[in-house]
Amino acid sequence: MFENITIGQYYQTRSPLHSLDPRVKLTGTLLYIISLFIVNCAAGYLLAALFLVCMIRLSHVPFRYIVRGMRAILFLLAITMLFNMFLTPGQVLWQAGPLHLTREGLTFAVKMAFRLTFLILGSSLMTLTTTPTQLTDAMESLMRPLKVLHVPVHEIAMMMSIALRFIPILMEEADKIMKAQMARCAEFDSKHLMKKIKSMVPLLVPLFVSAFRRANDLAMAMEARCYRGGEGRTRMNPLIYRTRDWIAYGVVFGFMAAAIALRVFSASLPFPLNL
Amino acid sequence: MGLKIEDISFTYETGTAMQVRALNHISCEIPDDRFIGLIGHTGSGKSTLVQMLNGLLKPTQGRILFNGEDIHGDGYDRKNLRAKVGLVFQYPEHQLFEADVLSDVMFGPRNLGLSEEECRKRASESLFMVGMGERFFKKSPFDLSGGEKRRAAIAGVLAMHPQILILDEPTAGLDPRGRDEILGLISEMKKKLRMTIVLVSHSMDDVARYVDQIMVMNNGKLVYNDVPSEVFRHHKELETMGLSAPQVIYIMEYLKERGLPVNTEVLDIQSAADSIMACMGPAGRGRS
Ligand SMILES: Nc1ncnc2c1ncn2[C@@H]1O[C@H](COP(=O)(O)OP(=O)(O)OP(=O)(O)O)[C@@H](O)[C@H]1O
Ligand SMILES: [Mg+2]
Repeated sequence: MFENITIGQYYQTRSPLHSLDPRVKLTGTLLYIISLFIVNCAAGYLLAALFLVCMIRLSHVPFRYIVRGMRAILFLLAITMLFNMFLTPGQVLWQAGPLHLTREGLTFAVKMAFRLTFLILGSSLMTLTTTPTQLTDAMESLMRPLKVLHVPVHEIAMMMSIALRFIPILMEEADKIMKAQMARCAEFDSKHLMKKIKSMVPLLVPLFVSAFRRANDLAMAMEARCYRGGEGRTRMNPLIYRTRDWIAYGVVFGFMAAAIALRVFSASLPFPLNL
Repeated sequence: MGLKIEDISFTYETGTAMQVRALNHISCEIPDDRFIGLIGHTGSGKSTLVQMLNGLLKPTQGRILFNGEDIHGDGYDRKNLRAKVGLVFQYPEHQLFEADVLSDVMFGPRNLGLSEEECRKRASESLFMVGMGERFFKKSPFDLSGGEKRRAAIAGVLAMHPQILILDEPTAGLDPRGRDEILGLISEMKKKLRMTIVLVSHSMDDVARYVDQIMVMNNGKLVYNDVPSEVFRHHKELETMGLSAPQVIYIMEYLKERGLPVNTEVLDIQSAADSIMACMGPAGRGRS
């Protein structure tokens, strides 16, 4: 049931994308997401899709594996689309009772769906190619300037990395508990809403208990290894930029520049590209 | 009639880099009223196999028949199957969730749609069966000791009155006394309730004393499936799989090599001692 959620999971393999400096990947993903909201025409979305496909190819993560992770989000995506389609005012295309399907709503919904899809695929590509440890190292390093403002950068980074690390563990645990309850004839696929909510209790109670137990164990283990925050902590693998990282920065900024250019000149593009 | 497993294979995470072939063409039968030990090294596929038996996992290939019917056939009632083939998971204490022990044990029977009275009756019977008296009934399951939690969890499956009871490493993480208690309990249940028991373990010493058939798994394959004395005859091969025969077998083999005509097919210390005494008998004493 849970094995289809790939968000936040790491996919072990060797690839150019895996070996990039995590700071590049983090900044790159951020810039990519920003670019997604810059582009506003078909050509822009095409560019974003092309960029994403190239990155997926470079990551050596099977395409099917990444897309499988999307299935869990499909429901959310569908709801967003429905709301956009029917609640955006504009030229009415079709009407049923109080519901108006508008031309503007339809285009907006389609664009939003593409944006969300690319956003999710892009960020899961980052977590698939970056270990949580690398990710927090990058976050900590990039947010270091905020330390001047007394932002507890290290602590935030540590909390985030632990949270990320715990997602797959809790999924596995949930799967195990679910099976154990199913062995006692529990049903989790009930159609009836109340029954469904009630059937979650035998899953959630043990899950919370185990989450607290794990948190406790982790705190103990960290304390036993003399963890006392970020002060004076050195790294086993310090982050160092290499040539390929600078090239990667170049590629990402190039993509962003192209996205901006496409937005500026979107009006003068030929027909299908300017939609 | 029991369970029949026909040439099943299973792969975790098919189509990814993490693909694991956990079961590899396994065929066997689990007849009624048997006490079976399922043994294998860590990662050999024991837990995967037992989850096949009550339909929690579906084999990627092959069939599983319960009383002659394919459990993944169209319209087969797998919920009912899970009541008939009770599975106690590894570390079952992690599944407890109710406010008190009695209600937790009643969870299974309730899911079967039995009357409240019947549920209560079955639950208290099962709890007595695992040696937990009335004073435990109203306790919170989270306040029990590790061994008690585990017994409560076993009672939770027992209360569904399964025909086959599968226990996945019921002694993992218990001290020697807790281990002996649980194993003693299981063999007593076997005698009283006359059901089939499948005991998963990686310790031959634990299993040898109780079971009348041993299945040995290695790397997803079923390597041996025979009575204990026959399986232990292969103790050299067992060692290459990271397993071993019970300690007494080694002693008896050693004595035999040294020229004492003892019986090497004993399984527990008492019969080993008897066999040695017999050889030492009047003749033995005479020689010394
Ligand atoms: N949920 C899962 N996803 C992926 N692989 C798994 C999963 N569960 C088990 N495996 C793999 O399948 C193989 C068999 O595992 P299984 O749990 O059946 O072994 P086991 O014999 O029960 O071991 P143990 O004695 O440690 O309990 C192992 O290689 C394991 O890594
Ligand atoms: Mg196991």
